[in-house]
Amino acid sequence: MAFRIWAVLVLLFLFIPILIIFLYAFNQSNIESWPISGLSMRWFGSTWNDPDVRTALELSAKTAVSATALALVLGTCAALAIQRAAFFGRDAISFLFVLPLALPGIITGIALRAFFSFNGIELSIWTIVVGHTTFCIVVVYNNVLARLRRTQGSLIEAAMDLGAGPFRTFVDVTLPLISTSLVAGAMLAFALSFDEVIVTTFTAGAQNTLPIWIFSALRTGQHLPEVNVVVSFVILITIVPVVIAARLTGGSGVGRTQTAR
Amino acid sequence: MWRLPWLRPALLLAPPLAWMVFVYLASLVLLLITAFWTIDTFTTNTVQAWNLDNFRIIVTDPTYQHIITRTVGIAALVTVTDIVLAFPLAYYMARVASRRVQTLLFAAVLLPLWASYLARLYAWILILNHSGVLNWGLQSIGLPAPNLGYTNTAMWIVFSYIWLPFMVIPTYAALERVPDSLLEAAADLGAKRWRAVRDIVLPLVLPGIVAGSIFTFSLTLGDYVTPILVGGAGSQFIGNVVYDNIGIANNVPFAAALSMVPIAIMAVYLLAAKRLGAFEAL
Repeated sequence: MAFRIWAVLVLLFLFIPILIIFLYAFNQSNIESWPISGLSMRWFGSTWNDPDVRTALELSAKTAVSATALALVLGTCAALAIQRAAFFGRDAISFLFVLPLALPGIITGIALRAFFSFNGIELSIWTIVVGHTTFCIVVVYNNVLARLRRTQGSLIEAAMDLGAGPFRTFVDVTLPLISTSLVAGAMLAFALSFDEVIVTTFTAGAQNTLPIWIFSALRTGQHLPEVNVVVSFVILITIVPVVIAARLTGGSGVGRTQTAR
Repeated sequence: MWRLPWLRPALLLAPPLAWMVFVYLASLVLLLITAFWTIDTFTTNTVQAWNLDNFRIIVTDPTYQHIITRTVGIAALVTVTDIVLAFPLAYYMARVASRRVQTLLFAAVLLPLWASYLARLYAWILILNHSGVLNWGLQSIGLPAPNLGYTNTAMWIVFSYIWLPFMVIPTYAALERVPDSLLEAAADLGAKRWRAVRDIVLPLVLPGIVAGSIFTFSLTLGDYVTPILVGGAGSQFIGNVVYDNIGIANNVPFAAALSMVPIAIMAVYLLAAKRLGAFEAL
């Protein structure tokens, strides 16, 4: 009984703050005080029409799509290579992929910043994409590898025996087998990139992604009613892909990725 | 291609491995090297002259010792808080709840983790600030307003909140693996439930708890956003000094040297965790 009461209390602790954000998004007033003075949709319109929010949203979407695409290709290649062969250094390679999520974000951020400035690379959307791709690869890699370990190698061998070339085998047999894990990995990578702030502050130049826009609005205490709306939107946009990913992998992919983070 | 069976995996592995080695590892190595460089104080250009000045300042200047102590202290406090919050919940999930409730609770713990870090941080600003939910709530039942906004206490609450799921998940996973037979044996031999939890469950679950603590500790250690947004004056973390030295002061070598502190602390922590078997519990 004591355990049940504790469980309920901890769950309330986890969810009440999130509910409060959604409530504040409908706040009528522009003053952030409790209790809110009334419910209104007025800030949704003004947020949608704010050009700064629009550019930031556009940059975040572009970055997340590019980083996800790159991570998808690189992570899948790595998973296919590691799964096929048992070779020396396999654990070291896995460790290398996990490292960007295991080390504090600030280390990855400052290291990449030093790397770009040392090589004379101007900060742009592409430097943000490089940073995001680096920590998104592991998400795709983990999901695809877990799926490959559960599928039977005999299917692939059968295709080869029946005369399919490596390319044909990949397109007709391997790809359909791993397709849902690819979608799940992509969803998680997108969610991770769309929400990232620490590595981004070090790799972005003058551009604002949506999290950076939120961060600077919170620092300066300006546009707070719009922050309420943007933040609610960001929660929805990161949770929806994660729920889809969880359904596709039966829940295992989401938990595993996060414990790797 | 059939005669060289290693060729295909090698070709597949080359692009991702090249990315990680030539971009990421190269960056980390460069960071380590930069820590031994210095800057020209007039031009703020990096001077590639090997010296230990940055490290000497970090070790001798009491300002940085305070900051390092504060960072490590709060990271440890957050870790302990999360263990206390997470264990009973994880125990309920793994050993008491029905299969259906178990799945639901697992999803409920994971969801907030994916709901935007900044959003959850902002929620606590709305709760803790002067005219926020907490002050109002306590005042309306006749208690004094605690005014927790912009204090170290606020940072402690926010960090404990944000990283809590990282503790629940490995603890839950470890608890699920404890064999029922051991608990039945303890009950048969007359142990009360609390006694069984203390003497049988806790030692078996320790690797899981340590695994969770790697995340709660490391993530707090490397953070700088929460101290900026909910910490008050004098709540700087290692990350804040690193961040300021990259931006305003433009002293990348010093920032690099200071970032070696969390790396070194985490290296020691990970070695200790490995000894306690936490890596198998990840």
